[in-house]
Amino acid sequence: MTHSTDTVTPGHTAAHDHDEHHDHHIPTGIKRWLFTTNHKDIGTLYLWFAFIMFLIGGAMAMVIRAELFQPGLQIVDPNFFNQMTTVHGLIMVFGAVMPAFTGLANWLVPMMIGAPDMALPRMNNWSFWILPGAFLILLASLFMEGGGPSFGWTFYAPLSTTYSGDSTALFVFSVHIMGASSIMGAINVIVTIFNMRAPGMTWMKMPLFVWTWLITAFLLIAVMPVLAGAVTMVLTDKFFGTSFFNAAGGGDPVMFQHIFWFFGHPEVYIMILPAFGIISQIVPTFSRKKLFGYASMVYATASIALLSFIVWAHHMFTTGMPVFAEMFFMFATMLISVPTGVKVFNWVATMWRGSMTFEVPMLFALAFIVLFTIGGLSGLMLAITPVDFQYHDTYFVVAHFHYVLVTGAIFSIMAAVYYWLPKWTGRMFDITLAKWHFWCSLISVNVLFFPMHFVGLAGMPRRIPDYALQFADFNKWISLGGFAFGLSQLIFLALLIKACRKQGEPVSAQVWEGAEGLEWEIPSPAPYHTFETPPVIK
Amino acid sequence: MKRLTNVLLIVLGTLPTLLFSFIAQAADGGGKEVSDLNLRRGVTEISGQVYDLHMLMFFICVAIAVVVFGVMFTSMYLHRKSRGVKPAHFHENVKVEIAWTVVPFLILVFMAIPAARTLIAMEDTSEPDMTVLVTGSQWKWHYKYMDGDVEYYSLLATQQEQITNRFAKSENYLLEVDRPLVIPTGQKVRFLITSEDVIHSWWVPDFAVKKDANPGFINEAWTKVEEPGVYRGQCAELCGKDHGYMPVVVIAKEPAEFNAWMTEQEEARRRAKEEEQRLLAMNMSMDELMAEGKRVYNSACAACHMPSGEGLPGVFPALKGSPMVLEDQLAHIDIVLNGKAGTAMQAFGKMLSLKEVAAVVTYERNAWGNNTGDIVQPKDVNAVVQGE
Repeated sequence: MTHSTDTVTPGHTAAHDHDEHHDHHIPTGIKRWLFTTNHKDIGTLYLWFAFIMFLIGGAMAMVIRAELFQPGLQIVDPNFFNQMTTVHGLIMVFGAVMPAFTGLANWLVPMMIGAPDMALPRMNNWSFWILPGAFLILLASLFMEGGGPSFGWTFYAPLSTTYSGDSTALFVFSVHIMGASSIMGAINVIVTIFNMRAPGMTWMKMPLFVWTWLITAFLLIAVMPVLAGAVTMVLTDKFFGTSFFNAAGGGDPVMFQHIFWFFGHPEVYIMILPAFGIISQIVPTFSRKKLFGYASMVYATASIALLSFIVWAHHMFTTGMPVFAEMFFMFATMLISVPTGVKVFNWVATMWRGSMTFEVPMLFALAFIVLFTIGGLSGLMLAITPVDFQYHDTYFVVAHFHYVLVTGAIFSIMAAVYYWLPKWTGRMFDITLAKWHFWCSLISVNVLFFPMHFVGLAGMPRRIPDYALQFADFNKWISLGGFAFGLSQLIFLALLIKACRKQGEPVSAQVWEGAEGLEWEIPSPAPYHTFETPPVIK
Repeated sequence: MKRLTNVLLIVLGTLPTLLFSFIAQAADGGGKEVSDLNLRRGVTEISGQVYDLHMLMFFICVAIAVVVFGVMFTSMYLHRKSRGVKPAHFHENVKVEIAWTVVPFLILVFMAIPAARTLIAMEDTSEPDMTVLVTGSQWKWHYKYMDGDVEYYSLLATQQEQITNRFAKSENYLLEVDRPLVIPTGQKVRFLITSEDVIHSWWVPDFAVKKDANPGFINEAWTKVEEPGVYRGQCAELCGKDHGYMPVVVIAKEPAEFNAWMTEQEEARRRAKEEEQRLLAMNMSMDELMAEGKRVYNSACAACHMPSGEGLPGVFPALKGSPMVLEDQLAHIDIVLNGKAGTAMQAFGKMLSLKEVAAVVTYERNAWGNNTGDIVQPKDVNAVVQGE
């Protein structure tokens, strides 16, 4: 067992002697990781878990792209194809992107606000360790008779109720666990930020990564219970004879979509707000200039979060809403581009008349700004209801959300890993490998996702295992880009293994020339316990 | 090396912009032709408006991208440490912040006005010249003309052998059906759209009509096609295993031709009903029933129960060796006619004639080694229909 004083709450910090609970109490081997309540260990666990899930979800994407390499059915049958698209989406959203951000929050939030640990360390352990179980259940369902969930990650009723397989029960259970984990993680972030900021760390002095995560955590608490409600109603509709979404029993299948997207749209921002925070940390460092418009960045993040609650039905324009509702959701959605634009403009203004260098984290951050903006602009096009009738459920939408989530959220996570990895390991990563990783990813990801705009506009629906002949040429390119992007991530894997084996040149506490913030004032690698005595912020 | 990185960065940064202008060019040459790169203009006034809106939005987005990326890449070129630049110290400016909040807002208002106008026009389904009820079910469409006695199912016509790569793929691979929807040109046709099982979405890109088919609810859409022609689309909402095999084909004919077609269809339906009455009085041979049954089975049943009759374990039950198929003949006819509530098994009584039901039940009871020797005649099916 870990020593009970391993974790330090603010009240205790001053009372305890330093040496009483220092490094010699760290248990080794599997026990260290199973029972850890240390925010750095838990952060590492989250990040490795997310990376493994990213590779598994990516392998499913490879199956999808292999089947779509040419028209006709070659490799998988349509039923398995649908399972692949479904589980790929679920794993990437709940298994890769969200845990990666939680891992970063665990590592960085206490270090950035001068706290010794997260506020609720035992819950922190618990919120991580229920995740592998959740995904084991989900993945195991693929081996059931009839296969795993095949109704899309959006699990629209009644496809997910009356017409789904028995694996739906496992799907519901695993989503419940993922949701519980997210809620616990979010509570921890909020309590930590509210109570454990070092003296002098006022709200408007907090690093933007902390701000964006605080707002994200509130979004999580607001919408994860809605998702839990949706899956529970699916469960009772399927197995216990209720009719929430069954018109024959007085329910309404479209109500499912309203409930799902009331969760789903804020969920989109849950996956991008921390990315905004990361980019807002990295761009000033490598521009050697303070972030432009700090206050407006905070307000823009808060506005995006609030607006995210009133735009959900833009995912549902074709479901047949009153024209007034369609217009409301169109205008509200367009409005979101204003605060999002402000963010992009602020980043560019930060670079303007800076003194820029292009280290690997900056390369990823710059790629993020350009490619996320492309995803944002196609999002603006999708907001226009009459045109959305043409775009909806085509590859144009697939292109849009992969630009936002892969070259947006995932590129920001990679940028963050490269930026803070030397702080975590105390050594510089292999820069040559990192550059190979960046350039291979950047080129292949665009070969992968850019032509999806074309096939989508030309009329290719999403979620089909086979397609008409006029889409064949582009799909070949898309698949090739997909395979190349998948392989590029193995470079990242090699780099991370090297980094964890403590190879590379030792780095200074500041690591990067222009880096500012509390995390750059502690030694590299960051000691197991930091800020046991809170720093004073001027 | 540093220099090379910078050059590469700039090239890659401008690449998306170039690609955007590439589509723009392709779009100009597009016209009514189906483009590989861009949305099509389509053949209705509404679809033209939608296309114009799309292009307007697209050019505004390209302009924004060019400005933002232009400034960004200029900065990346000019304000590099390797050029010996010392960083400036400014980090806020309220006027600039207000400007880049207000200007985008005004651009949005400029976009919103034509978008709202088109939207209102699209949703105005009042005063149609004729109405078609469109019903989706796994994995076919059903069309019913509300102003005449014509209704039929429309199924994928692409052969299975093309899908499994044994035959060469035809020109309209996956976009062809056995019986397309036929509508008159120059008339406002209203579609009432619904579903019998899961949610489907009826989409014809050339009309800019895409509307979900929700079970238990009816959606409305409309079109007015000026050009005679064949227009192809697909189901757009994931609806299960064969979602990718559920095309929509619409033929627009001149009104006179359309009326002739309608009369022909009504006549054909009358003849089919008479034929059915005649069949009740006679017995068909086993060979005849098996041949017809195989045809019906492959078009109506094989998608779920598989051509081998083995189904998909855990998803769709097998018919080969099934107790109901081997023993209970009445229950077998009943489930084909009326379906099974709460499952994916549909009621085929509406889709198949008495003769077809008789043939397919006979086929199922004698194919794949089921060998019951049972022969089901149309009159046996009729007895179940009549509740005898």
